[in-house]
Amino acid sequence: MTGTFPLVDIKNVEKRFGGSGGFLSTRQPIVSALNNVTLSVQKGNAFCLVGESGCGKSTLARTVMGLHPPSRGEIHYDGKRIDDLSQRDRQVYTRKMQMIFQNPYASLNPRMTVRQTLEEPLKIHRPGMSKLEVRDKVEEVMRSVGNDPAWGDRYPHEFSGGQRQRISIARALMLDPEFIVADEPISALDVSIQAQVLNVMMDAQEDRDLTYLFITHDLSVVEHFGSHVAVMYLGTVCELSETKSLFAAPRHPYTRALLSAIPKMDAKGVDHLKMTGEVPTAMDLPTGCVFHPRCPVARERCKREVPELKENGDTKTACFAVEEAWI
Amino acid sequence: MALLEVKGLEVEFPLGRKTLQALHGVDFSLDRGERLGIVGESGAGKSVAAFSILNLISRPGRISEGEVLFDGTDLTRLDDAAMREIRGNKISMIFQDPMMTLNPVLTIGTQMIECLQAHREISKEDARKISIDKLKEVMIPSAENRMESYPHELSGGMRQRVVIAIALLTDPSIIIADEPTTALDVTIQAEIMVLMLALCKNNNVGLILITHDLAVVSQVTERIMVMYAGRVVEQGPTREVIQNPGHPYTRGLIKALPQENIPGARLNQIPGSMPSLDAIPAGCAFNPRCEFVDLECHNAIPPLCGEGEQKIACIHRDRIPRFNLSEKGI
Repeated sequence: MTGTFPLVDIKNVEKRFGGSGGFLSTRQPIVSALNNVTLSVQKGNAFCLVGESGCGKSTLARTVMGLHPPSRGEIHYDGKRIDDLSQRDRQVYTRKMQMIFQNPYASLNPRMTVRQTLEEPLKIHRPGMSKLEVRDKVEEVMRSVGNDPAWGDRYPHEFSGGQRQRISIARALMLDPEFIVADEPISALDVSIQAQVLNVMMDAQEDRDLTYLFITHDLSVVEHFGSHVAVMYLGTVCELSETKSLFAAPRHPYTRALLSAIPKMDAKGVDHLKMTGEVPTAMDLPTGCVFHPRCPVARERCKREVPELKENGDTKTACFAVEEAWI
Repeated sequence: MALLEVKGLEVEFPLGRKTLQALHGVDFSLDRGERLGIVGESGAGKSVAAFSILNLISRPGRISEGEVLFDGTDLTRLDDAAMREIRGNKISMIFQDPMMTLNPVLTIGTQMIECLQAHREISKEDARKISIDKLKEVMIPSAENRMESYPHELSGGMRQRVVIAIALLTDPSIIIADEPTTALDVTIQAEIMVLMLALCKNNNVGLILITHDLAVVSQVTERIMVMYAGRVVEQGPTREVIQNPGHPYTRGLIKALPQENIPGARLNQIPGSMPSLDAIPAGCAFNPRCEFVDLECHNAIPPLCGEGEQKIACIHRDRIPRFNLSEKGI
């Protein structure tokens, strides 16, 4: 677990949707989902992406996984560029990179038994394995996520949400990947079950030396689970830092607002930094800093110029207020 | 007497030859302007408890026992016409997903006016005025224009505000909110919670807030009721219950929160999951998941009791170590 070796390197990635005239329609509006995102995930990290809905965190995850190609920029895995590979060349990386989705009710095929679901990746990527080896592997992985291997012949509908999400995790672990992208894996679950699933993911990280890209809108989970955090707003990274320093001293006004919105158990009443308005749509990006219409400390410069992500003490922020120390 | 009093409520769902019992003698009450939180995992019966107040249990499910006294009348005995006078009028409801609650093919204005005219003899013009006022009350910018909007034109947070405005239209005395912020982002959740708290306080409206998020409950409510497998396992003033939980289940729920754990360490978890209704364990239903379980727990169902205001349904309640919330990672 070296701390300096970038496993996944995202370089100046942009992603736009729409724009071309579709069938029977005139030009569609362009949605700029990602704007010049640069970040790298070191081996052994639990890298968290946080932000409100519509900030592009899922788009980034899907772009990394190759589920849609970036409009501009490059994605490197283990030193090699992977975003321009053909589907065939990409298969090598599919084995190393796996994904866990948000909703375990939608991401498991209802007509396949748990065993079929878990065996499928092996049939595709490891056709040489014998039946016995496959069976042993399924049992081993089922056990490691805390599910009884005897449940193999049941269908997804027979399981509770937490058990289903553990099956999704098991499916992602079947190929012994190095890197797992988890897109809000616990937000559809009860609080008590969230703890179970997080523990399974943390155990798997320890046992298998995994690297995570973990997407969530819940900062309390990040503080617990993440080693590094990128806070995203409207397709841009506005703060990037180690989890400890981010929680100890959030710099960017958006990060501060997000942190203050976490409901706290011992607080009297609700008390949070007010952000005015809601996330604007990515169809019509604000000029200058994308956060300025909601920012409590925005000044003239923020409306004109786009701040770059710059080193500021132990965190990186994209904010003029932090740079020029007026906050 | 309390505004709403639920006594010995039992709800059952016939399933083939079996009958599944979803609630086993649930008692609670709500004073005028009081805010009560109902907490528990999925399947604990918290929604069934709230739905049965308004007699919204879908057939063949039925309230088999108990009474729901609202202002002295037993709502379980009312016929449909009389129930409509209460439902959405004196007691309103807010559901989890605002996109499912609002009619996608009608404008916000049409839906609000329709709701008012269903409950009151009122002209369309007056109904429109009241609707705009309510939209302003829930801080919707340019309320007049929003009356012409369709639900899909609004963001999730705005939609939930509209739903709250509709719930407030008839000046109800109680609002039942079933996971009103679960589908929303943390920042929007905070805004909606601040708003609901202010509205309830200003209008002296009682609130029954159903959620699995203890942190939200602790900020908004005055009293809390924790449910497990169709029974109330702990009840009391919110601060007392949160700071000093007495039932092992409440304890487990609080300890499982990431903010109550040392960052990076394994989270405290409650092992297993909520039993399904046809396989509820004998004795205390929580016993297979409980860390303090012993033989006695399998014998009898513990009653909800306690000296002070905090009531706990656990035979070992005196021997369970209490913890102080401010110390992390206990």
